[in-house]
Amino acid sequence: MKNFFLKSIALLILLVFSSNLTASEGGGQSNSEEKNVNIGELIGHHTSDSHDYIIEIPFFHYTLHLPVILWTDKGLSVFSSGKFQGDNEGKVVVTDKKGNRFVKIHEVIYYADKVKDTHHPNVFDFDSRPLDFSFTRNALAILFVFILLIVIIHFTRKAYNNPHKLPRGIAGFIEPVILFIRDEIAIPNIGPKKYEKYMPYLLSVFFFILLSNLIGLIPFAPFGHNITGNIMVTFVLALFTFILTTIGGNKHYWKHIFNPPVPYILKPIMVVVEVLGMFIKPFALMVRLFANMFAGHTSLISLVALIFIFGSVLVAPVSGLFYVFISFIKILVVFLQAYIFTILSALFIGLAVEEHEEHEHRTA
Amino acid sequence: MAVSLAAVGAGLAVIGAGIGIGKIGGSATEAMARQPEFAGKIQGAMLIAAGMVEGAALLAIIVAILEIFV
Repeated sequence: MKNFFLKSIALLILLVFSSNLTASEGGGQSNSEEKNVNIGELIGHHTSDSHDYIIEIPFFHYTLHLPVILWTDKGLSVFSSGKFQGDNEGKVVVTDKKGNRFVKIHEVIYYADKVKDTHHPNVFDFDSRPLDFSFTRNALAILFVFILLIVIIHFTRKAYNNPHKLPRGIAGFIEPVILFIRDEIAIPNIGPKKYEKYMPYLLSVFFFILLSNLIGLIPFAPFGHNITGNIMVTFVLALFTFILTTIGGNKHYWKHIFNPPVPYILKPIMVVVEVLGMFIKPFALMVRLFANMFAGHTSLISLVALIFIFGSVLVAPVSGLFYVFISFIKILVVFLQAYIFTILSALFIGLAVEEHEEHEHRTA
Repeated sequence: MAVSLAAVGAGLAVIGAGIGIGKIGGSATEAMARQPEFAGKIQGAMLIAAGMVEGAALLAIIVAILEIFV
């Protein structure tokens, strides 16, 4: 019985990962007017954020146009992204009620009058862009992760309703994870007296990163969104850790940063290093998670794009096998990155809040 | 022969990652061979250290990708 269960799980994972080869065929066919498929554009299209929510399973194609919410000089401007009519090259100009004119180039919205070069626009030229608060595809995907988490936690909670029965169901998967986070991550790093205040944050971060990464692995809709591969998402997560360490830091923490216990000659250098370290540690958290997830998605898409580069159908089985193999490695990377983010956050928080009772400063 | 410095830089970064993770794996298996009862903890520490080294190498990959686009 157990053998059959394990085999069916393995077959399910194999089918799920191979289904990406059919899902991206649609993207390839839309480019096949030009003989050269632009790989950079394909990768960019599949990994970056977009204003439309495209559902593309075999025999079913639907595009949901998400609202575009912009803050311009003349005030708030809200319209559906369908007005751009699927244009990504800056040719369709949308005029809203207040008279602003917008174009969309590579999924970024600019003022039509101020964009200088419609083929290579400068994303960092902030005068030519309104403030973009749109509800994009990544926002919808994060909402989906949120709903998924609520469902999982609801069923976990229900398993403990009856105190005389053992918990059944999904609680069997979730409870060991929560205990692992409490016993191996929170208590050793933050200490047995203060860890309870930070457990909600650590649990939320771990499950959010884990679910977002896992959703990026499954190719078909409503999964398959690249959430943590977006540097703004990981920036916000690292910002939360930074805020927690800064607010929770007690006197010893600040004393060590601004008055480190070193000989006087080294003090100026060490203060600079410590202050820089205060910012670089969350920055490293952000880049580590972003780079791992983005590199994983890019390598998977490049494997499928190999079929289009070679233009021969014989590459397909090789490419498909590599795809499944690398997907298995990515499962390991996904769990590892969620675990590393959580344990490093716990470590930084623990460094900030720990008390030094018997601490000896070495003198010279 | 068109040499793209971004690709050369990315390749050098992966050399660093390969050496680092190889050393971690080597000392981890040696430690596990000496004391088999701690194999679980050593494996955990090995995975964490490998994740750190990969993070550092991927920082360099990100710089290489930035060079293409900016």
